[in-house]
Amino acid sequence: MKPDDVVITAEDLRVWYGTAGDPVRAVDGVSFELRAGEILGLVGESGCGKSTLGRGLLGLMPDGAERDGRLLFRDKDMLTLKRREQIALRGRELGLIFQEPLTRLNPLMRISEHFSETLKAHERGITKDQIEHRSLEALRLMGIPPTRYKAFPHEFSGGMRQRLMIALTLVLRPSFVVADEPTTALDVLVEAQIIRMLHDLRDTYETSLLLITHNLGIIAEACDRVAVMYAGRIVEIGDAKTVFRDPQHPYTRELLRSTISLRTTGLNYIEGAPPDLSDPPPGCRFHPRCPDAMEVCAVRVPEPRQQPNGSRTECWAADQANGLVTLTENERIPLAKEVIAVADEA
Amino acid sequence: MRHWVRTIWNTRGLARWILLAGLVLVVAFVVMAVLAPWIAPYDFNQTRVDGDKLPKLAHPSGEHWLGTNDQFFDIWSRVVWGARTALEVIVLSVLFSILIGVPLGLVSGFIGGWADRALVFVMDSLYALPSLLLAIVFSFLLRDALGGGIVAAALSLTCIYIPQYFRVVRNTTVSVKQSVYVEAARAIGAPPTTIMRKYLFGNVVQSVPVIGTLNAADALSTLAALGFLGFGIQPTEASEWGYDLSRALDDAQAGTWWPALFPGLAIILLITGLTLVGEGLNETLNPSLRRRRLVPVRMPAMGPSDHYGALPTPGRGPGGRP
Amino acid sequence: MSSSSGGSLARYIAVRLLLVIPMIWVLLTIVFVLLRVAPGDPVSAAVGGKLSEDALDTRRHALGIDRPLIVQYLDYLGDVVRLDFGHTISDNRPILDVIRDQGGATMTLTIGAFLFAILIGVPLGRVAGRYRDTATDAGIRIFGVVSYAAPIFWVGIMLVLVVVKLFPGWPTYDIASVQTKFLVEPRTHVLLLDTILAGDGEAVKDVLQHHVLPCFTLGLLLSGVIIRLVRVNVIQALQGDYIEAARARGIPERQVVRRHAFRNALVPVITVIGLQVALTLSGAILTERTFNWPGLGTELVQYVTARDYVAVQGLVTFFALVVVIVSLLVDILNALVDPRVRY
Repeated sequence: MKPDDVVITAEDLRVWYGTAGDPVRAVDGVSFELRAGEILGLVGESGCGKSTLGRGLLGLMPDGAERDGRLLFRDKDMLTLKRREQIALRGRELGLIFQEPLTRLNPLMRISEHFSETLKAHERGITKDQIEHRSLEALRLMGIPPTRYKAFPHEFSGGMRQRLMIALTLVLRPSFVVADEPTTALDVLVEAQIIRMLHDLRDTYETSLLLITHNLGIIAEACDRVAVMYAGRIVEIGDAKTVFRDPQHPYTRELLRSTISLRTTGLNYIEGAPPDLSDPPPGCRFHPRCPDAMEVCAVRVPEPRQQPNGSRTECWAADQANGLVTLTENERIPLAKEVIAVADEA
Repeated sequence: MRHWVRTIWNTRGLARWILLAGLVLVVAFVVMAVLAPWIAPYDFNQTRVDGDKLPKLAHPSGEHWLGTNDQFFDIWSRVVWGARTALEVIVLSVLFSILIGVPLGLVSGFIGGWADRALVFVMDSLYALPSLLLAIVFSFLLRDALGGGIVAAALSLTCIYIPQYFRVVRNTTVSVKQSVYVEAARAIGAPPTTIMRKYLFGNVVQSVPVIGTLNAADALSTLAALGFLGFGIQPTEASEWGYDLSRALDDAQAGTWWPALFPGLAIILLITGLTLVGEGLNETLNPSLRRRRLVPVRMPAMGPSDHYGALPTPGRGPGGRP
Repeated sequence: MSSSSGGSLARYIAVRLLLVIPMIWVLLTIVFVLLRVAPGDPVSAAVGGKLSEDALDTRRHALGIDRPLIVQYLDYLGDVVRLDFGHTISDNRPILDVIRDQGGATMTLTIGAFLFAILIGVPLGRVAGRYRDTATDAGIRIFGVVSYAAPIFWVGIMLVLVVVKLFPGWPTYDIASVQTKFLVEPRTHVLLLDTILAGDGEAVKDVLQHHVLPCFTLGLLLSGVIIRLVRVNVIQALQGDYIEAARARGIPERQVVRRHAFRNALVPVITVIGLQVALTLSGAILTERTFNWPGLGTELVQYVTARDYVAVQGLVTFFALVVVIVSLLVDILNALVDPRVRY
């Protein structure tokens, strides 16, 4: 693992959806770096923009959506690439593993046809034998016997279909893969298998992985770094162990507290609901639900800053606690609680 | 109702145009039908004026706008009176079908069991038969009893469409019956009729208008077909476009075009109008096909406080809000 | 998981065949009930004024309509199973003969119409679905609507007018010239086949020429339905999850549309095309009347006008059976194409 080998650079990346009214600011200024062989976990509630970010990195957006900012894959500027080059990169260098494996395979095509189609789209001169060889190799890595090569998708269970999808994504050996909730639709045992396989891939091919999930347990098991996303922005990002041990942002803390273990005696939850992304709250977006909110939080957007423990966070309370800023007397007054109770359903 | 109007308004251009175009056509014919006695220069079976016979197969002219046919009728009058006949028949037949099919479907779906299954089987079989065939059989049966008038024609058509309403209503009933909120209502203790009335009726009402309009279009087509074959409304009872076309058949071999063109155009326009209304409604109310108008996204340049690494500006939030 | 495809296909066919039997029974019962509901006496209705009262009684007895209804019903079912559709009242001809003699003409008309319909409808539907909400789509959809709205007999008449003007001499009615019909030996009772078998090139050409107008007319009607269907299916196929997954693998858009959307969109279309047999039958009856085509539709109209209820019952029964059998065949075809359809 070469620490200088940066695969993905995102700076102030924005992905907004067009609607009948105001645009939805699903990803509203996200910055991060991903190195070769690194697994970055992306965690957050439903509707915080994680899926949009994952797909936005590949350029897969619905009609009427726009990207802005800076996005580099190695040294290529992804946002200004011509359409044809974008399609060529997709699959070849950038892969995407979807959440619901059941519907992601064409029911009328055999598995072998899926593979040959994918390989032929990216490697013009490839022969039938080569296709078969590489496909069976990919299947073997995923634990699927070669006797199933000519089968149809509906003949596989959910877990096997997910492994198929992963095999199909990886047969081209992309350098960067986005895994969008790859195990949410599967049971726990299969989940563990899949995670282990993703690890093996990282070790063997140095694939970088953006692992999107709302399950903190997977993050803890599988990821090197973790980014916590809220309302279209990354509120905390850092080394996984550090973030878990010493969370800086109140949202991260609340998330960690709301996970259930065998020792849970009472349920913790975060009051309120995620904000409407077409009209986010002023100041810090989390302030209506934040237990540590102060007057300044409703007024000024907090700056992202490197905290002493190495994580990057944007939070006035954290900055204040770590001595990175000095707030006035008025700014430090705790925010009135009624603001929290009025948060309306998204 | 208001919700519907707003949905229609929000629909992207094409579906709205379809709906409007259809409505214009249909309304035009309704006006024609209602004002027939004042618009049509002659009665529907008038062959004489003051004792003088009208010309036969006269070209369209100032005298007779659309010409006359081989039965000495003025074609423009036949078209106008035909509009009245057409609308009367389709309104009656669709109404009857709904009045029979919808309650039948509701009851069958709610009761379930073997009676429901038997009814479904019968209805599906009926639905599988060609509608014209059924119409021919029914008109064959009703001819002796009810003659060849408007009511007989409407009843011949009714039975064709009952299975459609039955099926849609029954299926909706069954799925709503199984859905959660009906369970909840039952848990509170609402009696069965209240459940049916409140929850099921609303869902059902959403699909019936689309089916009804499309049925009306089909009914008109079938009526004209029956008339063409000679099994429809008899010429002594009323003017009917399909019948006029059957008379125009032989004239066409000789190259006489006007007796066939105009009644046919009337049929096309009215059926098209009804179909456009039905399709327009369908696209509006059916979510997977509906496309909402998207406002193009334009992103403002990022403000100083949006950027990573920029110095904070005291006293201002994003976009300059204090 | 499932066993090999071969085994379950056979099972599907077997089950499907079994299901056909109750459906046929229900249809036969419906036909019987409908036609017995007619008030009045069918014999007098058909030949009332022409025969003496005694002769009428003899006819009634011969037809067995003086027996209790339930006996007649069972007889009817038994007859149908043996493919005995009865005898006409008006000319005492076995209906089976009628079907044999005139059925071929209806069959060639229908098949020709389907060919035209598919040739016109499928490509137009695809284009409309792919370029949804553009002017092309609007134009194609309007064509689809109008082709359904225009009565088929009107379209036929208009085409006749056009042909008479532009191609004088091109045949505009009947299935063949008098000469051909007279000279060709009826071996299969399908005129087109008979002319081919007789090796008479001129006659074959003659029959084919006569087919063009009626088949095209009926085909236009059917194409409207096909266009709408293909279009909707292409649109829905393009929204499929596997489409997005294919795009994520970098498959070029044109290939995504062609291979994933179009092909998958056609699967339900195959079924529904086949199920248009009901529409096709109605259209055939009207087309035959328009072009003086000697098929079963013309016969039906003739017998209905003559109030010959036995003939009507026999022909309607036959039509109902055809509908059921065709839908059975289509289901089997669908199962062959779509590997998910199995019991």
